[in-house]
Amino acid sequence: MVDQTSNPAAVSGAAAEPDRVGLLRVLGPVHVWALGVGIVLVGEFMGWNFSVGKGGAMGALIACWVIGLLYTCVAMIDSEVTSTVAAAGGQYAQAKHIMGPLMAFNVGLYLVMAYTMLEAADALIVGDLLTILAEQTGYDALDPKPFVILIISMLAFLNYRGVFMTLTLNFIITAAAFVTIVILFVGVQPWTAGAVLKHSDLLTDLPYGWIGVIAAFQFGIWYYLGIEGTCQAAEEVRSPSRSLPLGTMTGIMTLLIAATLTWYVCSGLLPWEYLGQATVPLYDAARMTGSTTLQVFLFVGTLFAATASANGCINDASRAWFSMGRDRYMPHWFGAVHPRYRTPYRSILFLIPIAVSFAFTGLLDQVITFSILSGLLGYTFMPINMIMFRRKWPLGSIRRGYVHPFHPIPAIVLMLLCITTFFATYLGFGTQLLAMMLFYVVVSLWFSMHRYKYVRRADQFTMNWPKPQGY
Amino acid sequence: MKPRYEPPKQSGAGQFFDSAFLLVLVYVALFTPLILGLTGAGSTNVMPDTVSWETLEQNEVMQGQWEKLGYTPDTAAEIITTKFDYSIDPLMLLLTAAVIIGYFVFLVRVSDKEYRDVIAEKFDH
Repeated sequence: MVDQTSNPAAVSGAAAEPDRVGLLRVLGPVHVWALGVGIVLVGEFMGWNFSVGKGGAMGALIACWVIGLLYTCVAMIDSEVTSTVAAAGGQYAQAKHIMGPLMAFNVGLYLVMAYTMLEAADALIVGDLLTILAEQTGYDALDPKPFVILIISMLAFLNYRGVFMTLTLNFIITAAAFVTIVILFVGVQPWTAGAVLKHSDLLTDLPYGWIGVIAAFQFGIWYYLGIEGTCQAAEEVRSPSRSLPLGTMTGIMTLLIAATLTWYVCSGLLPWEYLGQATVPLYDAARMTGSTTLQVFLFVGTLFAATASANGCINDASRAWFSMGRDRYMPHWFGAVHPRYRTPYRSILFLIPIAVSFAFTGLLDQVITFSILSGLLGYTFMPINMIMFRRKWPLGSIRRGYVHPFHPIPAIVLMLLCITTFFATYLGFGTQLLAMMLFYVVVSLWFSMHRYKYVRRADQFTMNWPKPQGY
Repeated sequence: MKPRYEPPKQSGAGQFFDSAFLLVLVYVALFTPLILGLTGAGSTNVMPDTVSWETLEQNEVMQGQWEKLGYTPDTAAEIITTKFDYSIDPLMLLLTAAVIIGYFVFLVRVSDKEYRDVIAEKFDH
């Protein structure tokens, strides 16, 4: 059996660059929680409800549970591979060590696209929320774009200056946003049936039958999308083996609670047809209670959740882009670390205008679909990766941090659920699905025919493992 | 034994061009469906001849909630009557499936070929 730790000496590229500066290791479990939940919690404030539009309120609940099973499989597989591939970069590093450069390039792009589009959706939400507030206070002609640019610029500056303050802020505003959901739940007096919540009159049968439930899987992903991004912080966490699982698991528990409360409150206050297309459903639910206090709380909660998510997305997308630059999958220029702040500053600055430009299209469900599809492609990679991992290094050949039970059942279930979710996306969003796939086909050809020649071969494998079986 | 591969050094202009190329591709992929008007979910809309809460099949509680949200039957009708169209075009479905499967097969096969270069350099030198 061989030690799992990475072998820095193997990184010949690094050895050839003695002035290479690493990212700063300053984060604890609280920051990992803030990164994971911060990115995802906004999904409870907006986006999840499009699953109601596709399958009805009950269909959305079923989708929430089934997609929860998908994420359980993701967590099981990711726990084994991440705890064993002790190299920075999350799923990108896994792909590099187990499947090869082209797959790693694609996985890196999935991460960048999923987070950048999510950031665009966050910016859209901030704009919509400000517009709603302006209308309610008598200022009909508010242009939210300057405010959106201002918020994203401030977050970019924060990310540029340092990861510790960035994720400390995320912890504060994410916790505050979560508390507003709990306050709303208490405020609607769930213990008194019919007092505020009207489930018996608002819940309907499945409006599209079971095909609608399957179609709802597409936006069911939004309840959890991005939680796996916690492992992007691996290079900046003081104790990865403790902080990453602790932060991720408490994060998943937080999301499960928030998702349940959100569905329960919204489906008891809003007709499903309205809920299925609402931009800020939790804020709307607060409006329906007639309480100005709850309305203010949910306005602040939605704003904080969107801001925290954008903040986390800037962090994660830039880390993935930076890792690809450092490995020369993308121009090496992006692999630079700020000499003073120790942040991937060029990657941070490069991705900001892209996110903002997509935010200005104003098409929330389209932007969310692109983000979801990139995430879904990443989940489809995982079962293939898992099967190959066990085949190339069977149990006992290397030391694993964790061995997930029932292999290959989680991999098979995950693959089946991914195929079903692709079909769910086809139902209603087939053109976007095809456009996105063609994008990935073209960039894959571009990588193998052009970019791959800049990649140092041996540098792509830094683990101190034996040669994989079959090679 | 094959000599260790030494990649060419990419010029600043080359790096700029590659970044710009990828950026353009992202915009093309995301904006082409928008420009061609192919975005948005496939949907149908069957508006009743007379629009009222009753013809929109909204019970009393639903009516109350719509009104609290600031809607009248006329303004809510579009939202209520617009439904997703889940009819399946077998040819389009097959094409989409073929693209996704083909993409993953291509990824796995080419990645494996490149991976053999990586493993050979890492373990055989």
